[in-house]
Amino acid sequence: MSSAREEILASIRSALADAPPDVDVSRGYRDVPAPADLVELFAERVADYRATVTRCAHADVAGAIRAALGDACRVVVPGDLPYPIDDALDDDLSASELDTVDAVVTTAAIGIAITGTIVLDHGPGQGRRAVSLVPDRHVCVIRTDQIVAGVPDAIARLDPERPQTWISGPSATSDIELNRVEGVHGPRQLHVVVVHPD
Amino acid sequence: MSATFVGMPAFPDAAKAALADSQLRGNLAHATGTIRGKRAQMVGEVAEWEELRQAGAAIKDNALHNLDEHLLRLERSLTERGATVHWARDAAEACRIVAGIAQDNGIDELVKVKSMATQEIGLNESLAEQGIAAWETDLAELIVQLGDDLPSHILVPAIHCNRAEIREIFLRRMAAAGRAAPDDLTDNPADLAGAARLHLREKFLSARMAVSGANFAVADTGTLMVVESEGNGRMCLTLPEILVSVVGIEKVVPSWDDLDVFLQLLPRSSTGERMNPYTSTWTGVTPGDGPQEMHVVLLDNGRTRALADEVGRQALRCIRCSACLNVCPVYERTGGHAYGSVYPGPIGAILNPLLRGVGHDEQVDSLPYASSLCGACFDACPVRIDIPEVLVHLRSKVVDAHRGQPKPEAVAMKAASWALADARRLGRLERVAGAAGRLLARVLRRSAPGGRRVLGSLPGPGSRWTGARDLPAPPAESFRGWWRRTRTERSES
Repeated sequence: MSSAREEILASIRSALADAPPDVDVSRGYRDVPAPADLVELFAERVADYRATVTRCAHADVAGAIRAALGDACRVVVPGDLPYPIDDALDDDLSASELDTVDAVVTTAAIGIAITGTIVLDHGPGQGRRAVSLVPDRHVCVIRTDQIVAGVPDAIARLDPERPQTWISGPSATSDIELNRVEGVHGPRQLHVVVVHPD
Repeated sequence: MSATFVGMPAFPDAAKAALADSQLRGNLAHATGTIRGKRAQMVGEVAEWEELRQAGAAIKDNALHNLDEHLLRLERSLTERGATVHWARDAAEACRIVAGIAQDNGIDELVKVKSMATQEIGLNESLAEQGIAAWETDLAELIVQLGDDLPSHILVPAIHCNRAEIREIFLRRMAAAGRAAPDDLTDNPADLAGAARLHLREKFLSARMAVSGANFAVADTGTLMVVESEGNGRMCLTLPEILVSVVGIEKVVPSWDDLDVFLQLLPRSSTGERMNPYTSTWTGVTPGDGPQEMHVVLLDNGRTRALADEVGRQALRCIRCSACLNVCPVYERTGGHAYGSVYPGPIGAILNPLLRGVGHDEQVDSLPYASSLCGACFDACPVRIDIPEVLVHLRSKVVDAHRGQPKPEAVAMKAASWALADARRLGRLERVAGAAGRLLARVLRRSAPGGRRVLGSLPGPGSRWTGARDLPAPPAESFRGWWRRTRTERSES
């Protein structure tokens, strides 16, 4: 008896006996001009999802993060976060322990202006995936030089070998009468701090 | 969960029942109206939308036309990154593989990311028979699962329920499945979402195994992608030790760069957003982050049958956005259950016959007719599947499959051919029809716009025609009779 693998591959080959040759994929969509002020557009589009956006100078990051954390008492940060946070917990926590944490602070890999998206590739400063998922408030710090125009720019810069999390606003659902409601399983509050160079 | 689509009546019968449900029609009209407006706005923002559609269709076509090569590359990439690849010819084989992985690890409870492939193969029911509880974690799937109901939409399986009905289900059923809903639960959508958050959080934190699908599988890199909103997907893909992804073989795209098309097309077509809240990608096992045991089940289950149909194979481009459902005048009125499948609406009307074949199930054979061929689905489709073309093609296949069996249409056509073959025979029949028409014009109460009397219902086999249409009464005088009479009168004057 042939294996499932061999049988499926044989069915595919026989189904494709009359298949037409490959067609050219036109990539003209990658050449559309970028919007004028990417940082402004990014801030506006992130806020559209009812995330909170703060813009600050590099010198003021610590204060902006503190303000974004608000009344959060227990805050976890990845070990290599480049910004100092007072009394933050190191990430050596189990999922259940993360569930008792109020907030997490991470950096991001890239920001996409047109869609208002932050992308984490879980590299330095971003932590493993669970850290930015389980706590209810996510404060994400991104530099203006990390913001690109659209999805094609982001795909071209990101490394598919790394796990990625694309985040566009706080956790939401459209499952009740197709209206968007914020706050299901992911962080219910997303606070994005956009850092301008000094 | 005992609900099943098996044994559903053919579309016209199921549709008749659905049309009589005014609550359902209200819920659907509201929901599809909302999403149509949002989608139109979001698509309107993208000047290069048509170029993206063309590119999306071309990428998928190229992937499908070399599917064997791409699948072998995908298998190699996944294996190199520490995942185990399984191949499943059909639903039963796929379910056996998933159950086997659970049993090998002593698991009797797992969490699930919303996945059409696992719905299609009836995974939850199959696992339940093996004593394994599979918990749906998508809000709409949870509503359907708790309500012992059936999905009626690809994206929002509980689209047929309004907020009051959802509240009822949560209050009555949540306690038996885990953490109960709060007693003072309101029907405010934010409260309902909050109840789901609490109910599922304990499951996410304790589950050792998750089952997902994938929106895309990248052959070059072995990357899988799940596009979602709530974060239940992130939970399932991140917290458990073991992850099993059931992926239809048509989900493969050749390269990572191709995703820059689909991540623009899918969210705007699907939920009418610039981007969905969360998209996760993973490439095999990442040491120290997420599940450390990873399995991918590549599923055929009729896809190679669809691939062999040269007109129909374009349906395998489908990225399950459900835009075609939301714009379809038939879907909006009947809802998804009438299609008798986890794939309802226009895409379901072609995908089910293509996956399962025509000529041996009356329900499947009825689906290509569940359309007015208005073409709105083709206009909305982000990968340009010409659904009307495939519907017409499948109708011809259904007719071919039933050749040789007596049909009322065939009898009527035979009779017409007999009557029209001889001028004098036709003249006699016209006089009989004219007499009947004069009589009917006096007794019939109904008339069409313009005043012509109509027959609302015929007896016998003719009742199937008049069940959905009025039949005009025969004219009192035929054209040939009128010609003879008026020419004679004119020549006399």
